[in-house]
Parts: sequence; structure tokens; C-alpha cells
Amino acid sequence: MSGGRARTPGRPPSQSEGSTFVPKAPAGTLYRGREGMWSWVAHRVTGIGLFFFLFAHVLDTALVRVSPEAYNEVIATYKNPIVGLLEVGLVAALVFHAFNGLRIVLVDFWSKGPRYQKQMFITVLVLWVVLMVPFTIRHLSHVFGG
Amino acid sequence: MTTTIPAPRSPRRLRGRTNTEMYAWMFMRASGVLLVILVFTHLFVNLMTGDGINALDFGFVAGKWADPVWQVWDLLMLWLAMLHGTNGLRTVINDYAERDQVRLWLKVGLYTATTITIVLGTLVIFTFDPCPPDAAADLLPSFCPVP
Repeated sequence: MSGGRARTPGRPPSQSEGSTFVPKAPAGTLYRGREGMWSWVAHRVTGIGLFFFLFAHVLDTALVRVSPEAYNEVIATYKNPIVGLLEVGLVAALVFHAFNGLRIVLVDFWSKGPRYQKQMFITVLVLWVVLMVPFTIRHLSHVFGG
Repeated sequence: MTTTIPAPRSPRRLRGRTNTEMYAWMFMRASGVLLVILVFTHLFVNLMTGDGINALDFGFVAGKWADPVWQVWDLLMLWLAMLHGTNGLRTVINDYAERDQVRLWLKVGLYTATTITIVLGTLVIFTFDPCPPDAAADLLPSFCPVP
């Protein structure tokens, strides 16, 4: 590993920068400010967002028990162009959370998981793009194409 | 809240009462893998096939739930996603709410909301009537009897 003492975002520059390296704050580690930390942050943020959407989604679906009119009226909101764009964001959060979750499972249960966690994080990002591009094109053509 | 950390390599039975946290950890991984399959299929069928989101209405839901497979599918998704999300939020609350009272009440609120949502969603799936008697016929699925 080459990044043991890499300059990390968030580390205040030491006063002796350029001469002898004397860190004033904990220097970059294998975790802090790197793929491991940022994937953890993104997993939390997307997870919290998805959970709050889930409450709304169970409640809007529950309207099928009220009347067909009530349900159709609320579902019409989801077909609104602005909400359609938000849905792309929702699916983007979900797809990241899903693939990064599988990465976490592999880190925990696959003997070589911890060693390849960075490569797996890059794989998560690649798969995310591969799924999001066709999804966004098709979904937005439904939303804006009428 | 103070936690006593036992000496390393002390016998397992002295370390603590139960393994609840281990089961919660295990549940997150097992439910997570299942949810990837359940939710990806849910999104593909509802948003990518046919007219996508424009096809969604009461008749669409009624048509899906006429098939017991989709009833069980949605029921599993509801329970697993709610419990997965609730345990996730429990972890977040434990991490950031430092005062005992705040932490307690946030979790009471969380578990209350979760219970209400799971019970409501389950009731909706099992008591759903695809052909409500007083509804306009053009909003209903095609298999409903014509009055």
C-alpha cells in the first residue's frame, strides 16, 4: 500500500510542510478520508433517505384501501416531471445502497474481501453507472414523453 | 450508559447475556441480499416494462395483487425493508444521540412508527378489494364483474 501517509482532505497542513514531516493532527490512514470512509458515509446517507421514502410509499399504497380515486390522485404526483426527476435520485440512492451493501457482505464473509474492498468499491461505482444510465433514459422518456 | 469490556479471551459465557447484536448484524446482511432481488425486480416490473410509471394506477395494483406471488412478494418486501431500515436507523440513533433520554425517546418513536407502518401495510395487502362496489367501473381492473 502506498497511501499510508498520503495527504488526505481534511488534514490541516502541518507548519513544517515541505521540510520534515511533523503531523499536527492524525495523518491520513488506510480508512480516514479514503474509499472505506466515504462508502460508509454514502451508505448511511442513502439508507436514511430510503427509509423515509419507504414510510411515504407504504402510506401512498395504503390508499388503494380507501378508494380507486384517492389512490390514482396520489399516484399522479409520481408522474409529475419534477417528481420524476426526484425518482431518478431515489433509484440512484437505492442502487448505490444495494451494490455497496453486497460489497459489505463480501468484505465480511469472503476471505479476500477486506483485501479487495477498494477494487470492489470501484466495481460498485461502475455497476452503478451501468444501471443508472439506461434506467434514467427509459424512466425520463416515460415521464417527459407522456 | 456505561459498558464494561471484559478481559480479552475471557470465557464466552462471562462476556454478556445474549447475542442480540450479532443476530441484528446477521439480519442486516441476510435481508439486504434478499432485498436487492426483491426491490430490483419490483422496480423493473413497475417502472421499466410497458408504459413504465404512466401505467401505474388502481387497476395496475389490483391486477398485480390478483396473483398470490406478488402479494407474498410485496409482503416480504414490506417486512424486510421496514425491519432492515429500522435496525439501520437504530444504529444511527445509537451513534449520534448521546443523551440517554433523547436516545430512548427517538427509539420509542422509531419503533412506534415501524409497528404502525408494518401493521397497516400488511392489512392493506390482505384486506384489499380489487372490485369495490361503489367505484367507477373505468377505474377498476378488467376482471371485475360489470354491474
